Amino acid sequence: MSYLKLNGIDKRFGNVAAVSGLNLEVAPGECVAMLGPSGCGKTTTLRMVAGFEDIDGGEIVAGEKLLSSKVQNYYLPPEKRDFGMVFQAFAVWPHLSVFENIAFPLRIRKLSGDEIKRRVDEALRYTNLAKFADSRPDDLSGGGKQRIALARALAIRPKVMLLDEPLSSLDPHFREEMRFEIKDIQRRLGFSILYVTHDQSEAMALSDRILVMKKGVVQQVGTPRDVYYRPANRFVFSFIGLSSFLRVRFASGGLYVDELPLPLSAVEAAPDELVGAGDGVLAVRPSDVDFVDEGGLRGVVRRRSYLGEIVDYQIAVGSQMLRVQKTRHETGPQVGETCGLTFAMANWYPLSDIAEA
Amino acid sequence: MTGTLRFGTPQILFGLAVAILVVFVAVPVLLIFFNALWVDGAFNLADTIKVLSEPETYRALINSLILASGVTVTGTIVGTFFAWLVTRTDLPYKGAMKVLFLVPFMLPSFIGALAWKMLLSPRSGYINRFFMETLGFPDAIFNIYSYHGIILVETMYLFPFVFIQVCGALERMDPTLEESARISGADLFTITRKITIPLVMPSILSGALLIMLYSMAHFGTVAMLGIEAGIYNIPTLIYERIHQSAGSFASIRTATVLSTVLVFTAALIIWAQNKILSGGRYQIIAGKSFRPTEIRLRGLRTPLLLFCIAYIGFTIVLPTVTIFLVGGLNTYGLPISPENMTFDNYYHILFEWDLTRDAIWNSIGLGFASALITMFAGVIISYVIVKMKVRGKGILEFLGMLPFSVPGSVIALGVILAWSGKYGVNIYNTIWIILVAYIARYMAFALKANSAALEQVHNSLVEAARASGATMWQALRDIVIPLVRPGMVAAFFLIFLPALRELTVSVLLYGPTTRTIGVAIYTLNEDGETVYAAAMSGVALIIIVTAEVVVKRFFKVKQ
Amino acid sequence: MSSVEITGLSKSYGDREILKGLDLKVEAGESFTLLGPSGCGKTVLMRLLAGFETPNRGRIRIGDDVVADAGTNVPPDRRGIGMVFQDYAVWPHMSVRENVAYPLKIQRVPAEDRDRRTNRAIGQVGLTGLEDRMPSQLSGGQQQRVALARALVSEPKLLLLDEPLNNLDANLREEMRFEIRELQQKLGITIVYVTHDQEIALAIADRIGVMDETGALRQVGRPDEVFDRPADAYIYRFLGVANFVPMHRVDGEWRFPDGIGRWTEAPPDLPGDRLTLGCRPFDIVVTRSGDGLPGIVRRASFLGAQMDYLIEAGGVTFRAATDSRRALSPEYCFADGESCRLTFRGAQWFDAAASDGEGGPR
Repeated sequence: MSYLKLNGIDKRFGNVAAVSGLNLEVAPGECVAMLGPSGCGKTTTLRMVAGFEDIDGGEIVAGEKLLSSKVQNYYLPPEKRDFGMVFQAFAVWPHLSVFENIAFPLRIRKLSGDEIKRRVDEALRYTNLAKFADSRPDDLSGGGKQRIALARALAIRPKVMLLDEPLSSLDPHFREEMRFEIKDIQRRLGFSILYVTHDQSEAMALSDRILVMKKGVVQQVGTPRDVYYRPANRFVFSFIGLSSFLRVRFASGGLYVDELPLPLSAVEAAPDELVGAGDGVLAVRPSDVDFVDEGGLRGVVRRRSYLGEIVDYQIAVGSQMLRVQKTRHETGPQVGETCGLTFAMANWYPLSDIAEA
Repeated sequence: MTGTLRFGTPQILFGLAVAILVVFVAVPVLLIFFNALWVDGAFNLADTIKVLSEPETYRALINSLILASGVTVTGTIVGTFFAWLVTRTDLPYKGAMKVLFLVPFMLPSFIGALAWKMLLSPRSGYINRFFMETLGFPDAIFNIYSYHGIILVETMYLFPFVFIQVCGALERMDPTLEESARISGADLFTITRKITIPLVMPSILSGALLIMLYSMAHFGTVAMLGIEAGIYNIPTLIYERIHQSAGSFASIRTATVLSTVLVFTAALIIWAQNKILSGGRYQIIAGKSFRPTEIRLRGLRTPLLLFCIAYIGFTIVLPTVTIFLVGGLNTYGLPISPENMTFDNYYHILFEWDLTRDAIWNSIGLGFASALITMFAGVIISYVIVKMKVRGKGILEFLGMLPFSVPGSVIALGVILAWSGKYGVNIYNTIWIILVAYIARYMAFALKANSAALEQVHNSLVEAARASGATMWQALRDIVIPLVRPGMVAAFFLIFLPALRELTVSVLLYGPTTRTIGVAIYTLNEDGETVYAAAMSGVALIIIVTAEVVVKRFFKVKQ
Repeated sequence: MSSVEITGLSKSYGDREILKGLDLKVEAGESFTLLGPSGCGKTVLMRLLAGFETPNRGRIRIGDDVVADAGTNVPPDRRGIGMVFQDYAVWPHMSVRENVAYPLKIQRVPAEDRDRRTNRAIGQVGLTGLEDRMPSQLSGGQQQRVALARALVSEPKLLLLDEPLNNLDANLREEMRFEIRELQQKLGITIVYVTHDQEIALAIADRIGVMDETGALRQVGRPDEVFDRPADAYIYRFLGVANFVPMHRVDGEWRFPDGIGRWTEAPPDLPGDRLTLGCRPFDIVVTRSGDGLPGIVRRASFLGAQMDYLIEAGGVTFRAATDSRRALSPEYCFADGESCRLTFRGAQWFDAAASDGEGGPR
């Protein structure tokens, strides 16, 4: 069952395709984050859902209500869509008090004074702003302003909340706090969230599913674990989390990194079509590489950087470099030592992929 | 900067900066206060009040207030409306319209006043005559020699103050402030009323106060259009007193008292403006830029476009064309037709008549000299203010910004008091006294432009040079000077261009051979040489517009 | 390359005393990081080293030269240093080549030699090919590389870096910190690096000096020393996310704040019946069973390489973390609200005051 539906959305700016053939369904109470490099079309998609941009193909539906449709040439203006939305730059109105900011959407809907008071108080409570009702927004910190924006969006009790990088203007410290506050409020009120961010850990922590985009095309939609451990392609792999690559040659005698033999294990098994092609790229996360004393792929520690909780290694394997990360509780080799490497998780990509991403 | 020297370069620069500002700015202003409030060496407020309560002075005060208020109201409405139209709607040719609405900024308003006099003076104005003679109206349809007439003409030239401020605010405003109102359910007109207008209100008010400040101290239009109907404001009465009574004590005193009132009113307006800008300024500047949603004018699109074109035609094209045509007439009053036209007037004022030729060279020379001197003085002073850690530089900032609140006629008067021989130097009736007054008047412009440029030069840029092995002088030569050069060029033209069309200061200071372009036009008009006044205005317009265009093209100076 | 020796250095502005009697020795060829919160005086110390400020008392020696003490203050242009600023301070009116060549030009190095050294410095920071670009055509990272090349080109005795990576985005910052480290090791120059970012400090330094708000050096040591054996709770908190738990002793047994949970690892060797237990998220091992401290997982957040937990146990809320590979294996995969056991490794003990929030900047 889904509430918000995007079917085959296209958007062009001049000759540039900003979004092509995007499909997405968001279930009630679900949080979906759109993630991608800047200019990938994630913000444009959110703005099309909000109604600030019209669409050049496909349709957008919320529940029973048609929002935008290219075929029917239909477009419902943003003020009629009944969404809550929170913007990156807070966008709270400095000339209105906190109370009036939150009451604005309710006044537009001509609710009774009592009802407005009740709903604003409720929104203030949810966002821990109760004692600031009569303050001016400029008297509050960035985090406070973003709470006002959130309360204002909550006031109409929307079924869908649209968030446009709502935390990126905040201090890192506040960011984490707000992240979980938003999540808590969502759990209690049960609305859906469509969320744009460029911060991976935010997307991972907050969302049920992540949509990864590149140049207007959806690369993968899946749970945070899916996109991290089962990336659909090399772009998703290197965009989410740290990554490290080795070029591997498939020869009759086995697998080689430069001239060094690469002992195979089950997880590392390369797909047949790559073996056929004669070479490929082994893609690993630095934290998924393990040191072994005997066997494994042999390398020499070039750099060992102590980063606190994490120790970061640069290992020379033949002429190539591989990055490895271990927590400080795990022991590892010293600079100049030879070590063996095994791979707990690995992905294979054709060599031709290396040019892009 | 080196920190170890007791008396070195910083102290020399600081002393120089203070000396320049005291001599050129502080002394004249103080002399005015002194003359206004002291009688025979004793403080005497009662006498000051007596001067103010004389019917003529009192009337001038009230007139200044009436005119300034009227212009402020109309100018603010016109400016805000056009600003909204070119930034927030789908009006066609918005970009071109925006540029055209700024044209009045570079045209001298007294030339506009002259044009409107020729079009709408009750008996001889071309428009009035057309209605009376051709259409058979019994009376003139509009008398330009009136409060309405003055307010109308000043509005045409002063509304850009509000226009520019409001355009800037609307363009820089974070579009999500409006978008979040839309997603809250508000339609575009509700948003304009409840969100947009309140948010740009500080900019509207700040522009309105600029109009008020300028109009209070405005000489040209009132002198051209008011004196005929007996309407004097403070600057014109000061001029009248100084000129008519040949420097008698009583007239000087009246003038200094009026000046004092003007200075305090101006200071009050500037204070109010700072208050609004600093206190009421909301943080509405955008982070991410999406273009704001445009209001669709639909059926009003074409009518509003035509309205804008008509406005521009009426306020810019019509007066300009009138000036050039009248300047080409054989005799003023003749119908404008090919057989009455000649180039002789233009030839005469450009090549034959010393009075006008001198005026042109005087203005160019004065503009050039004052711009050059003020630019260099401005660099030194702003360097001290922005970059040096010296005690007492607050006083420098105050002195430097003082001319902003001191209107031109007051500066001229102060310069007369200071440089007419009473204190050992007499340069009255020479070109030098005008130069001195120009330097005082335009110092604030130079400081603003240079300070802005210097603030861009972060300390670390200089320190990086020092760490690279450069001495303080090498760092100045290789890093600071090249980086502030654009600011210096800007300062030069910010002074040179207005000096070309200056009237208020020079009209109080000119002598027989030291007329400026503005003075020449003004006196020709007073003497009834309307055709020559028009021809001279035409020449002035060509010089001014050419200079503006050349500067904008080649130096990209922002005003 | 030169050593730096600072003795009894004091600096105040008006009544505000920023540094009082600071002593520090940086060895020749060492990469030394000054780590401290903003306003702790680390930047002032750097500016004193560069010669932009004059000390009130004390002596600074760079190599064999005394550059500042009573009566002496060698101006910055004669100290033979290189410096990189937080805002890059690349001269916008000069090309990359002109920027980098400027120090040599000032020293009147002959043109041929100058070109050779300029090209080499540009190559060292990986900007070959961009010599004729103007700074406005470069990204932030590239501008910072220009600043670095300019500071290196005259082969300074000492390189000062004032939070040079602050304005760069996270990826670039990570990349650049390793690059600066490699360059320093390759060229063997002495570096003094100022930052408030403990990750950069740990990555870049041979030794770290941690400063506090009063301008005092609290600890000087190798990164692993400072991280694993902090001198006090302030440093512990400053170097990363930390849990502080007020512990008390009952009948010779250390208990958690709820009075029930017992400390089962090695007891602290500090005197007193009330102490503070400090542990980092990765120091807490979360298991499903066993004899650790019983707790309830309030929130488990998958963040990619690591899993973050918020766990209620012993009357307090702990932040714990583990690498995801382990966390996602079935026996360690916790849902919100499930019970768990906590064991601790590498925990630190501090006096009781440390848990009153006195400890530091977070």
